[in-house]
Parts: sequence; structure tokens; C-alpha cells
Amino acid sequence: MTFKAPVQDFATDWDHTDPRWVANPYPIWDDLRERCPVAHTERYGGGWFPTTHEMVSEIANDVEHFSSRLVVVNHNKFPEGAPPAPMGGAPPITSDPPFHQIARRVMLPALSPGVVNALEPQIRDLCAKHLDALKGQEYFDAGSQYAQFISPGVITRMLGFPEEDEDLFREFVHLVLDLIDLPTEQRVPLFEPLVQYFTKQIEDHLENPRDDFTSYLLNVQVGGKRLAPEHVRGTMVLTLVAGIDTTWSAIGSSLWHLASHPRDLERLVNEPEIMGLAVEEFLRFYAPVTMARTLKDDFEFHGCAMKKDDWVLLGFPAANRDPAAFEDAGQFIIDRAHNRHAAFGLGIHRCAGSNLARLELRVAIEEFIKRFARFELADPQAVTWAQGQVRGPRNIPIRVGS
Amino acid sequence: MKVVIDRELCQGHGRCFSIAPSIFDFDELGNGVVIGDGSLDENTVEMARLAQANCPEHAIFIEE
Ligand code: HEM
Repeated sequence: MTFKAPVQDFATDWDHTDPRWVANPYPIWDDLRERCPVAHTERYGGGWFPTTHEMVSEIANDVEHFSSRLVVVNHNKFPEGAPPAPMGGAPPITSDPPFHQIARRVMLPALSPGVVNALEPQIRDLCAKHLDALKGQEYFDAGSQYAQFISPGVITRMLGFPEEDEDLFREFVHLVLDLIDLPTEQRVPLFEPLVQYFTKQIEDHLENPRDDFTSYLLNVQVGGKRLAPEHVRGTMVLTLVAGIDTTWSAIGSSLWHLASHPRDLERLVNEPEIMGLAVEEFLRFYAPVTMARTLKDDFEFHGCAMKKDDWVLLGFPAANRDPAAFEDAGQFIIDRAHNRHAAFGLGIHRCAGSNLARLELRVAIEEFIKRFARFELADPQAVTWAQGQVRGPRNIPIRVGS
Repeated sequence: MKVVIDRELCQGHGRCFSIAPSIFDFDELGNGVVIGDGSLDENTVEMARLAQANCPEHAIFIEE
């Protein structure tokens, strides 16, 4: 870890890893939206942070000036050997048009609502299995003992890997998240076991094709040709990285909210018909994912002189709190009827896994409150939040009531 | 009255067919499509409006 100077003013020196931003970013964003509304920083080699829904939407839709080649802000921009555009390291999220469309079209049929909805019984069983393990306990951690098991279980099954390897992915995701500040030369060797694991799984799937996402990627043809091996591997890694901590963060934030807002918990228990609306409001209010872009060239954006290769932190969660786009934006309204939130992004990179993510979120909450109609935070001060571009509670210590 | 989805704007967020499954469906990529010719009557127009108000890409249009 490198020492970082504390932020004096987020308007001119923002840092999304600052402890205040990590603990509670919403007042900071509200303040910036009124004062700026695009904040700037010299950190990370220079970057911008737009805070209004309109600007976030404008940038997400402007693929001419803003590139997705790098989507995670870091100190080591464009290192030697960085995966080249247009594919990037994890297609389609790191791809720009026109390649992006090819990589995205490959994934979409496998994640369409028809395919994904068939997984509901499996997901319910998975939730039930982890809830069974909590039976009889008055105190437990709804994060590390529940939420963080659901998405690794689902993704492992989707990719067609052995169920007992779930833990490997939980560890891998922790690695990606927690060691974000390590220099590249120290991080890369840590990924070696995972690279080998993927190689083994790909070989196994080539020998024994089956009905799962890995076999699908190995066989799918674009223009009469199979995908390049690095494309298959990149998309598998992306599925793991994009599908796991995002979703466990959403489940975790939702359970944290219910544990600290007894009236909302009671309503959800008594009025299961509002679950669909509640899921969208959880997603709006606690949108876990912030993505980045880099500038393709110098560009003047609403009076900001953006420079080639500058970062733009694309705050979908900040857009979701913009009063110009949402009535009572700062309030959580469990049955909000008009909710055009951007938790899954906007424009051509709309989360390809959103159908699956919603299903997991809904089923995980439904099963949880079926078992525990009453629960509360056992120690509100003990809850800490993940730093970086995916926000969610690391731990949710709760006490269940009778 | 008629409802249409602008296929250029739709990115497949899937809000319309969850909110109003009698009016909208999805294609093989998961993008929204209008069922039939999209004609609305006084019973269905409110549902179509609700879907419109929840489309993150502003891709749903109701023609009077
Ligand atoms: C609540 C959970 C999730 C949230 C909030 C979320 C959010 C997002 C966001 C905001 C983007 C847009 C990125 C950008 O514009 O640069 C995105 C892209 C993506 N997500 Fe998710 N995601 C979630 C779960 C998942 C799951 C479960 C999967 C896979 C199974 C997944 C796969 C992807 C993929 C493949 C992309 C890239 C799409 C493209 O570039 O065309 N996500 N996600």
C-alpha cells in the first residue's frame, strides 16, 4: 500500500479510495453535483468525475470520445503489454465498437431472460442450503455467511465448473478487490493458479462438451469462425469478475438496508407483491458498480478541458441520486413506481448479466426473509464497506428476532 | 393509440417486459419487442406508460 495524501477538496482532488468516500460517498456526491458538477483530480494521472444523470448518460453514450479499453481506475495506466484495443483484456466490457458488438452479441443469447429464468429453482436451492447452515443461530454475518456465497455458487454452475470450487472464486474475487493497490509485478503471479485452473477447465470442456456457458463459448461461431482462445478466456474471466462481487454487494446492501430499516422489512414480509419494485429501488439507491472510461483525444466536455488518456469515473450510483432525474432522490422508497435507474449502466455496455443479477437479488432476499422475518444490525458500527469501484458491505453482523 | 420500441435505443434492460408482460416480450438477445401491432386501449395504456417511465434508455414511445 502506498501512502496517500488526504483529500482536501473532492471538487479538485477527488479520490474514490479516500476513507470518507468509502464510508459514505452520497453526501460528497450531492455536494459535488451542486458545486461543479464535474469534479477533477490530478491523482491517477488525471481524471474527471461527472455527478449528474444527464452527463453520465451523455458520456456512456459517446463512444466516439470515450473508450472502454480500461474500466478500472489505477495508477498504472496503459502499462507495457496492456491488452490492445479494440478487444481489451475482458471482452466485451473492455472493447470499443465495432469489435464490442461482436463480443456482446456472443454473450447475450446465453444470458437472455428465457435462459436465465430457468435457473430460478437452482438458485432457490442454493440459497436454502446456505440458510439451513444458519439455522438456530441468533447472531451471524449475513454478508460473509450468506450474501457472499450466492453469486459464486451461481456463476460456478453457469460456467460448468465443479461445485466444490466455489470457494476458489470467492478467494479470487477477494484477491482482485483487496490487492488493488499492489504493483502489477506483484499482482500478476497471484493470478497464476487461476489462469491454470481456466486452462484445465477449457481442456476438459473441449474433451467433454456439455450444456454450460464454457462449452457455449468454445463452440459459438461468429462469421463461420470459432472465437480466439484469448477471447474465450477473457470472457470467462469477465463473467467471474463482473458476476460475483457485484451481485453479492447488491444482495449485501439490500440485507443491510432491511436490517437497519424495520418498517421496510415489515412491508416486504407482509406485501410480497412489492418485491419487484423493491429490487429496483435497492438497485437504484445502493447501485454497487462504478465504471471508468479514458479519453481517446483531447476533448472539451461542458467546459472541462479533458486531455487524451484522462480517466473519467462514470458514477452510475451518483446518477441514481440526482434530484433532476428522480423525485426525492435522496430517499429510499421501497415501492417507487417511476425508477429509471442506471445501476446496470447506460448505452451499449448495459450489463449483459442484468437478468441474472436481478433474479439472484430477488430470490436471495425472498428466501432470506422467508426464514427470518425479523432481524436487525447487531453492531451498526462494525459494518465496513468495500473500497474501489464495486461498493457493498464487507460484513453485516445481525441478530435475528423471533 | 400505439406503443413502439425504438430498436436503436433499446439496450435490453428488460424493464418493459417485466412491468407489462402482456404488452412487451423479448427477442433472442433479450431486447424488448412489442407484442402484436402495439395497439393500446384504455385498459392497457397505463401499463404502457408505466413501462415507458421506467425505461432507462427512453426507448419507448406512445403514439396518440
Ligand atoms: C447487481 C449486480 C450487477 C451490477 C450492478 C452490474 C453492473 C454493471 C454495469 C454498470 C455495467 C456497465 C459497465 C460499463 O458501462 O462500462 C456492467 C457490464 C457488464 N456486466 Fe454487470 N452487473 C451486475 C451483475 C452481473 C452479472 C451477474 C454478470 C454475468 C453473469 C454481469 C456481466 C456483465 C458483463 C458481461 C458486462 C459487459 C457488457 C458490455 O460491455 O457490453 N454483470 N455491469
